[in-house]
Amino acid sequence: MKNRVAIVGAGMTLFRRRMLESPKELSFEATRMALDSAGLELKDIQSVVSGSAPDAFDGIHMKGEYLLDGMGGIGKPNQRVYVGGGTGVFTPIGGWWNVASGLYDTCLCVAEEKMSPLHPHPQYAFWSIFDQILERPLGTTLLWIFSLEMRRYMHKYGIKEEDIASVAVKNKGNAVDHPCAQLGAKITVDDVMNSEPICWPVKRLDVSPPSDGAAAVVLASEKIAKRLTDQPVWLDGVGWTLDTTHWTNRDLAYPEYVEKAAWMAYKMAGIKKPKKEIDIAEVYDPFDYKELHHMEGLQLAGKGEAPKMAVDGVTQRDGDLPVCPSGGLLGVGNPIAAAGMMKICEVFWQLRGEAGKRQVKKDARTGLAQAWGDLMQVGTVAVMRS
Amino acid sequence: MSQKITSYPGHEITPEDVKEGKYLDVVYKFEPKYSWAAGVAISRFLAELKEGRIIARKCMNCERILVPPRMYCEQCFRPTDEWVQIKDTGTVNTYSISHVGTDARRLKTPILVAVVDLDGATPGMGILHNLGEVEPSKIKVGMKVKAVWKSSSERQGAITDIRYFKPIGEE
Repeated sequence: MKNRVAIVGAGMTLFRRRMLESPKELSFEATRMALDSAGLELKDIQSVVSGSAPDAFDGIHMKGEYLLDGMGGIGKPNQRVYVGGGTGVFTPIGGWWNVASGLYDTCLCVAEEKMSPLHPHPQYAFWSIFDQILERPLGTTLLWIFSLEMRRYMHKYGIKEEDIASVAVKNKGNAVDHPCAQLGAKITVDDVMNSEPICWPVKRLDVSPPSDGAAAVVLASEKIAKRLTDQPVWLDGVGWTLDTTHWTNRDLAYPEYVEKAAWMAYKMAGIKKPKKEIDIAEVYDPFDYKELHHMEGLQLAGKGEAPKMAVDGVTQRDGDLPVCPSGGLLGVGNPIAAAGMMKICEVFWQLRGEAGKRQVKKDARTGLAQAWGDLMQVGTVAVMRS
Repeated sequence: MSQKITSYPGHEITPEDVKEGKYLDVVYKFEPKYSWAAGVAISRFLAELKEGRIIARKCMNCERILVPPRMYCEQCFRPTDEWVQIKDTGTVNTYSISHVGTDARRLKTPILVAVVDLDGATPGMGILHNLGEVEPSKIKVGMKVKAVWKSSSERQGAITDIRYFKPIGEE
C-alpha cells in the first residue's frame, strides 16, 4: 500500500421513517457535516465514492448518478459501490482503494438511503432479489431469509429466542443516547417476546425499521491527515467477500463469507487474536440474531457462544466488548447504505472519545465496523485504530 | 453523532402531512413486464417438474450433485457433467411461519416456508419451498417431508408444480 488511510471527518442526518429532504438534500447535509468536521471544503476533495442500496426503493434508476451533486461528486472521479446491505461499510472500503493506492490524498465517502418512497412498504423492493424462476413464485418476502436463518441458527446451537431478544433490548436502549436515532427505547425481553410474530421466529421487535437518512466520512492519506487533525482514526484493515446467490445450498447457521472478509481485514491490520485485540465493534444488526451470528463470523465469539456474551452483559457499553454502542440498526434505524456508514461514524467518534453519553467505559483503541447483505452472501469489514 | 456537533439536519414528515398537503409529493406507478428465459439448466429442471420429477446436475470433479441444477460448477469452475434424477423427498433444514406477504401486508393464513434438503442430492443442497398438511406447531427441523404434486394436467413446468412438501411420519 502506498498510503496509510485515515478518517478525518464524519457526519450524518437524523434517521427517520420518512424525511422531507430529497435523496440529494439528505446526501448534502451529511456530506457538508463531514467536510466541516474535517475542516475541509469541496475543492480539497480529490475523489468521491457513493453508496446507496436498491434503486427500487426510490424508483430512480442510476441512483449514483442522480445523487452525484448532493454528494459533492460533480467533475470528480466518482464511483458507486453496491452490495445491498453491505454497501455502507463497502463505501469507505471503496474510498480506501482510492487513497491507499496513492491515486488520491482525499476522498469523500457518502452513503444515502430513502426507503420511504416505495408503497405499500419498502419490503416490497426486496421481492426482486430472489430467484425469478424458482423462488419468487412461492410468495417470497425478505423476512424469510432472516427467519429461516434465525431458526437454523437456533436449532444448531440450541439458542433460546429470549437470549436473542436481549440484543434488541440492548441496542434500542443504547440508541436512547443517540441524537439521530429513530427507535431508541427502554424495552424488556418480554416486550420483544410478546411483540407480533411477523415471520416466526422473527417478531416485530427483533427487526430494525425502514428508514431515510444519510451519513458520510472524509478519508485522507497520512500526510494530509496529520496536517488536518491530532486525532486521525486509521482505517488499517478492510475486507470483503461474497458467496453465491444459491443461499439454500449454504450452511445457514454460520456466515463463512463474513469470516473470510474479517480475516482479510484482520491480516491487513496485523490482528491475530480478534477477541483480544478488538475493543469495540459495530456489528451489523438488521435483526437481533444477526448481531450474534455476525460476532461469530467475525471471530469475536466462538460458534454458538455469542448469545451467552449478550446475556452476560459482555457486549454492553460498560462490558469487555461493547457491541453496537450506537444503538445499531435496531435502535438508530436502518436506511440501508447509510446505516452501515453510521457504524463507521460511530467507531470514529468512539475512538476519538467524542461519543458523549454513548462513550464506552473502556479505553477503546481498536474498533471494527461490519455490514452484511445481498442474498445473505456478502460481508464487508473495516478495522479502525485511534 | 459527535458531542462536538449540536444540531442534526433533517425534517421528519408523516403520511398525514402529505395527505393534508403540507408537503407535496408525486405519485407514479411503474408497470414493466419481463420475459425471463429460464436458462439451459433451469429449463430442463422445469421440464422435469412438469413430469413430476426432480432433476439435478453432477460435477464429476467435486462429485457434488447440485440442485437447483447448474451447467457449470461454481467451485471447480468447469462444466458440470451429467443429469441425475433425485428424489422428491427430503429433510426440513429450517422453516418459518410467515404472517406477511411479498409487500409486507399481513396475511389471514400464514405461509409455511422451509428450506428442504432433497434426498439424492449432496447433503445440504436445499431448495426453498412451502410446507402443507401440517400444524405450524408440529413442524420441526429434521422432519422428513415429501412433495405433493399438482395433477399432471395442472402442471405447467414451474416450481409451483409442487404444491408444497408434507411430513411423511417417521424420522
